Amino acid sequence: MAFSAGFSPHPKVSYANSAPTGVASEAEYVEIGVTERCDPAAVRAALDAALPPGLDIVAVVEARSPDFVQRLEASIWQIELPGMGVAEVEIAAQKLLAQGEVTVERLTKNGVRAFDARGPVVSVSVEPGSGCAILRAVVRHATPSVRPDDVLKALRQVAGLVPPAPPRVTRLAQGPLDPVGATVGDPFAHDRAPLAAAKT
Amino acid sequence: MGNLGHMTVSDLARRGESVFDRLELLLPLVSKPIQYVGGELNATLKPWDDVQVHWVLMYPDAYEVGAPNQGVQILYEVINERVDALAERTYAIWPDLEALMREAKVPQFTVDGHRAVGDFDLFGLSFSTELGYTNMLSALSLGNIPLLARERDDSHPIVIAGGHAAFNPEPISDFIDAAVLGDGEEAVLLITDLTRDWKAAGCPGGRMGLLLELAKTGVIYVPAFYDVEYLADGRIQRVIPNQPEVPWRVRKHTLMDLDSWPYPKAPLVPLAETVHERMSVEIFRGCTRGCRFCQAGMITRPVRERSITGIAEMVENGLKKTGYEEVGLLSLSSADHSEIADIARNLADRYEGSQTALSLPSTRVDAFNVDLANELSRGGRRSGLTFAPEGGSERMRKVINKQVTEEDLIRTVTTAYSAGWRQVKLYFMCGLPTETDEDVLQIAQLARDVIKAGREATGSRDIRCTVSIGGFVPKPHTPFQWAAQLDHATTDARLAKLRDAIRADRNYGKAIGIRYHDGKPGIVEGLLSRGDRRIGAVILAAWQDGARFDGWSEHFSYDRWMSAADRALADQCVDVDWYTIRERTKTEVLPWDHLDSGLDSEWLWEDWQAALDEVAIDDCRWTPCFDCGVCDQMETQIQVGPTGVTDLPMPMVPAHAPVAEAATQPGA
Repeated sequence: MAFSAGFSPHPKVSYANSAPTGVASEAEYVEIGVTERCDPAAVRAALDAALPPGLDIVAVVEARSPDFVQRLEASIWQIELPGMGVAEVEIAAQKLLAQGEVTVERLTKNGVRAFDARGPVVSVSVEPGSGCAILRAVVRHATPSVRPDDVLKALRQVAGLVPPAPPRVTRLAQGPLDPVGATVGDPFAHDRAPLAAAKT
Repeated sequence: MGNLGHMTVSDLARRGESVFDRLELLLPLVSKPIQYVGGELNATLKPWDDVQVHWVLMYPDAYEVGAPNQGVQILYEVINERVDALAERTYAIWPDLEALMREAKVPQFTVDGHRAVGDFDLFGLSFSTELGYTNMLSALSLGNIPLLARERDDSHPIVIAGGHAAFNPEPISDFIDAAVLGDGEEAVLLITDLTRDWKAAGCPGGRMGLLLELAKTGVIYVPAFYDVEYLADGRIQRVIPNQPEVPWRVRKHTLMDLDSWPYPKAPLVPLAETVHERMSVEIFRGCTRGCRFCQAGMITRPVRERSITGIAEMVENGLKKTGYEEVGLLSLSSADHSEIADIARNLADRYEGSQTALSLPSTRVDAFNVDLANELSRGGRRSGLTFAPEGGSERMRKVINKQVTEEDLIRTVTTAYSAGWRQVKLYFMCGLPTETDEDVLQIAQLARDVIKAGREATGSRDIRCTVSIGGFVPKPHTPFQWAAQLDHATTDARLAKLRDAIRADRNYGKAIGIRYHDGKPGIVEGLLSRGDRRIGAVILAAWQDGARFDGWSEHFSYDRWMSAADRALADQCVDVDWYTIRERTKTEVLPWDHLDSGLDSEWLWEDWQAALDEVAIDDCRWTPCFDCGVCDQMETQIQVGPTGVTDLPMPMVPAHAPVAEAATQPGA
């Protein structure tokens, strides 16, 4: 484990794009600085053992370049809307996509901030779930970041979509944006590739 | 008890089930939801049906304060090591979630299994302070457990109080079923044994049958088995057992040989931020300095030291299991360990160059303490040192038996400033017996002298001193248990004079910081700490009026407590002043006289008289016995070194697994 220099050294850990409080996630990424070369599999097992059930370390790779965070270009969000039908959500989603820009407001540490919640939305799809409609959105990471509740705010503004119960939100993936397929790729691909190449 | 008569089969099936699904829906709506989810490193979760005895342990304050508590962590581990028992933890719930839980009918839950606290057999509460009493009522109420012990039936947990405040549990005797005095390790094992056997025997006598079994041991206090009779003037006439099998006096527990109890072996590492982000190792228990205001020092006698090797093993093992970066060597006066210099040097050597910091919370005022601090902070950061002269004047320090001269203090701080420390904090009390304005104003003079000495020693004007002042509250089982507490108006006036005196000083005033609180909260603490059974009605009324988190200034309301006291004591011939600012006489029966802390009441009275005569007495760790009574009555003895062992027993190894640390630093 590497530590920062200075009067009060801190361990070198950085969390990129952490999901908002109250949101489930299948894809959070963290960079940890170490003082010596470590076996990624051993690090994965040790971290997993120290974390509570439900916080699972899925994969650890050795970073090959310092630009990892830049590869987290977009997220796929799954928003379950209990008590809502596919049709009404589909209509609202189309209305949102038809807009060029939808300004929403959010209370931040520095007061209320207004920003566009439509622009970063790359694609939206709707499918039926059990007792709910499931909305999937691919959202580009922007500043300020557009979060699932901002997308819901935008849906409410353009289509009056008001969920009757609190939505359940899960981040399914983060990674480089694939503009053609409107989806996100594996952010580890770059770090894995040289290893795979070395083996063959 | 979750197994008795009138529960239906479906009720039984639900015992021990998680309520997390329902709680989860509320969490996005409250502040700091992470404090309610548990999942800490080293937490234990056992299947409900694998064990016979289920304990829920509560520290009745917010998670951030309660989670690091050593007492709860020790008992949690001691119980969970047994194959026939489990222990889970619960903490006070903030008003925002409390309101939502009441609306959604989600019960008070444990953070381990998110099980309803009402499902457990035994509900243990650790009271470090009386200001947690209202949080107990919130937890009982949210847990669907009747607030009044007499209204509980066999389906409800047995509610047991422990911790320092339990040495006078009379004010909460309406709400608890039992109280344990003293060290909890062996007590929880005894209670677990008796509960298991009673359940195995088919719960003979129901709830009261088990309470009688507990009371018969002589070391567990069951208030329901004692009646209190009062005199016409409001004083207590006597406290008598109403069961032939229970003793007249209940004894405290004293754990001997700390080395055989190296707990916590695997300290909890919370995911949420807490007040102490470090590991703690208790290096000894008890204190024999004899400071007359100090309840902790009086009720935890005799001194029992952990050995130098025992401490080293706990530090090593704890760091391995947690990944913490700071270790606090805890006790009531850590620099007093008979081998502290060797302990500090060896630990500093061993962890030098690792990211492990060592700290020694200690209030001893002498140069030796500064040497220790230098040793422990070798190469690390130096923020501030705290010393506690407690009394502003030489006379006051004789009254309280804090044997520090002004010369000692100046020499100590000079050493500290010369060694590179720039900030010294001095801790004092206001409102001590026999105190005058003049005694408190001497604090200003002392602080000036400290800055002056610091500037001379360093040749620099960059020297600071912070004076921190707490209001004195007389506590049971101390020589000051008979003393009148100072009224809050006089306390406030005295502190204002001190503040003005410091601010008026042009040369030194700006280098001296002053921190204090107003006198009102101390009056409520005093009411609760020396109260009797009649105070239960006050606590209940204050809680019903909304009292919660009374240790937090933003939640505490003096007026709410006074209004509750006016109503609850309306029919009594006693009032708040009677409990707080009234001096007691030698012959008065005190509410806690039937609870035996080991201290001889004759000795306590003589020490109170010695205080009034301004006579100090020595520490029996270093000088002969002063017959406080503890060792004779409890058949114990002080356990101190030297052990003859000077080196750590283990080979040098990396201080801790590097990867484990990442887990402790969310958001770093």
